Amino acid sequence: MTASGPEELPIVSDEDVVRVRQAVRGYAQQVRLSLVDQTKLVTATSELARNTLVYGGGGSARIEVVTDNGREGIRASFQDEGPGIPDLTLALADGWSSGKGMGLGLSGARRLVDEFDLDTEVGRGTTVTVVKWKR
Amino acid sequence: MERVPILKIGGVLLVSIQIDLHDQSVLALQEDLAERISATGAHGVVIDISAVEIVDSFIGRMFATIASISRLFDADTVVVGMRPAVAITLVELGLTLGGVRTALDLERGMRILRVLGQESGRIPAGDPTGLEWS
Ligand SMILES: Nc1ncnc2c1ncn2[C@@H]1O[C@H](COP(=O)(O)OP(=O)(O)OP(=O)(O)O)[C@@H](O)[C@H]1O
Ligand SMILES: [Mg+2]
Repeated sequence: MTASGPEELPIVSDEDVVRVRQAVRGYAQQVRLSLVDQTKLVTATSELARNTLVYGGGGSARIEVVTDNGREGIRASFQDEGPGIPDLTLALADGWSSGKGMGLGLSGARRLVDEFDLDTEVGRGTTVTVVKWKR
Repeated sequence: MERVPILKIGGVLLVSIQIDLHDQSVLALQEDLAERISATGAHGVVIDISAVEIVDSFIGRMFATIASISRLFDADTVVVGMRPAVAITLVELGLTLGGVRTALDLERGMRILRVLGQESGRIPAGDPTGLEWS
């Protein structure tokens, strides 16, 4: 799998969340994901970037075009050095929130993408990486 | 911070979302709307999202919140113009928008509000369009 054009963007404010989803939209258009797939990826991005900001205390996003056997896709990862997630099963369950959210962000984002990877360590931080492939 | 304008058309408040909303603007819109409903005594609120490219859990929750606030002021809320790609994504995200009324377009949304307003007597008889009422 080869990758090109990694771009790193900060996530330290509400405006950054908007900028990150617009950047992801740009990449998704570049590899010509369908409109529905663009919408799914950008929506997942919005959820994950907001989690990075709200629970991770801020962090960054990394966006790139990836290729696998001639197939193109977009990989986006969201990284923070916040408190980490103590109970992953709970965090990934539909409807569970430690705050006042609806608890749909993580579980919903996972359904909206093709690949979903969550790496977290209590006291160290959290990185969520997603990939959406062009069909 | 960019604020979303709220227009008044007869007894209806129209909110047309034309920008990529960040979370603070969403909260500001909820507050502005509560103010305007209470100040105008509007019987309906239309939220036009035909220009909105994504609805995530935060924006989805805003619709439900606005509908609840409106109800406290005896007003109905209709969300209109959802794009097909947004609708498909919402379902997969798992967001149900429970209790929020939706319509295909602005015209149908206004018609629903008119019927609801007339049925409940909030639009006086003799004002068939509901537009003169204010
Ligand atoms: N980056 C993160 N760092 C620490 N904890 C996190 C992180 N992302 C998610 N969590 C934890 O996982 C829980 C579930 O997250 P999820 O996004 O599914 O729901 P939510 O953010 O609480 O609500 P919603 O996204 O529906 O508004 C959060 O309440 C939080 O406790
Ligand atoms: Mg969330």
